Amino acid sequence: MIAGLYIDGTSALHRAAAGAKILAMIALGTGVFLIPDWPVVAFVLATVVLLYPVSGFGPRIIWAQIKPILWLLVIFFAVQMWLNDWQAAVLVVTRIAAIVMFASLVTLTTKTSDLLAALERAMLPLRPIGVNPEKVSLAISMVLRFIPVIATVASEIRDAQRARGLDRSIVAMVVPLIIRTLKMADDVADAIDARSFD
Amino acid sequence: MIRIENVSVEFDQRRALSDIDLTLSEKRIGIVGANGSGKSTFVRLLNGLQAATSGRVLVDDLDAAKDGRKLRRHVGFVFQNPDNQIVYPVVEEDIAFGLKALKLPKDEATRRIDEILARYDLSDFKTHPSHLLSGGQKQLLAISGVLVMAPRYIVFDEPTTLLDLRNRNRVARAIAELDQTVITVSHDLDLIADYDRILAFEDGKVVLDGEPSDVLPKYREMMA
Repeated sequence: MIAGLYIDGTSALHRAAAGAKILAMIALGTGVFLIPDWPVVAFVLATVVLLYPVSGFGPRIIWAQIKPILWLLVIFFAVQMWLNDWQAAVLVVTRIAAIVMFASLVTLTTKTSDLLAALERAMLPLRPIGVNPEKVSLAISMVLRFIPVIATVASEIRDAQRARGLDRSIVAMVVPLIIRTLKMADDVADAIDARSFD
Repeated sequence: MIRIENVSVEFDQRRALSDIDLTLSEKRIGIVGANGSGKSTFVRLLNGLQAATSGRVLVDDLDAAKDGRKLRRHVGFVFQNPDNQIVYPVVEEDIAFGLKALKLPKDEATRRIDEILARYDLSDFKTHPSHLLSGGQKQLLAISGVLVMAPRYIVFDEPTTLLDLRNRNRVARAIAELDQTVITVSHDLDLIADYDRILAFEDGKVVLDGEPSDVLPKYREMMA
């Protein structure tokens, strides 16, 4: 869902500490779910969207963040319209959009390494109960890294199956994807070992 | 110097390598062989990715069985598919990954990263998402991630297999310019034609060993 990773810049948000941005993200995520009025949540969303130009990002980048979840928003809107009313539908959609847009803005203005370093620091108190912050941080970075790689693999498999006339078969898509992903996981584990990660 | 002393490797009662006994002291060593001949298993022994079932692997007196962590810093490994080797989503962060283990001061780490990026014309891509690089750039990034740790030896496991000709040539030049001792597994015989020594594997054994001018024609004949 996170369309864009870090884009270099000098805005106030770029300069802000990664830890503060993560805290703001948690606060916003919790806050919009505590607010029951759609106009207030819509105001929060509008403020988040306004932060994009303030941080040096134009409409193209704003659109790139919202586009991947548009279909999800439409489904949520329709379900809420069916179950409740239009106010409830707007509330749900603006909540999700505000959270996604702010999370994307944080990733656009913060280097992954800074985000992960902040998370590692935040997790340090959990070390005595067996949590290894370095390993958690590596796992998160790998999720960010491998989403586009697995998407590419899926696209290759889809093309190959289409060429064989199997474009409607879910099995023909899922089985090779799982096999290739597991093989890739083995190779990545080797690569991490080879680069001295303890 | 690398010493392989009577090394055998078995997987599920199948012998991948049989009684290999070698001393490698040359600067450029090429490894050839058909798929499944044992060549990749052999090079994986050199930085401890693969443990020997019997025998001993020594790299400059580091014993692969005992000094695994030190050995991995001493012997870098570049894999065939850079997509499986790049673990961070941004170029400079991936290069910095290996440096974490070395616990270098931040200034020194930054200096090394900038130097390696400049060396491979990747400076403009420093904050670029790594998945958007070209195949050749990804392989150069994978090489950078290993080189930045300043290993004494670098193993390349089929480094040009997935590349087009231009990127293949670019990576070949990058390998040729390295100061380190290089051990390259390759089906691309031109890549290793000017190496100091070539080992050809078949059924887990070294069947040819010598200079390229001697080994490669025989290997070509063997594979005909």
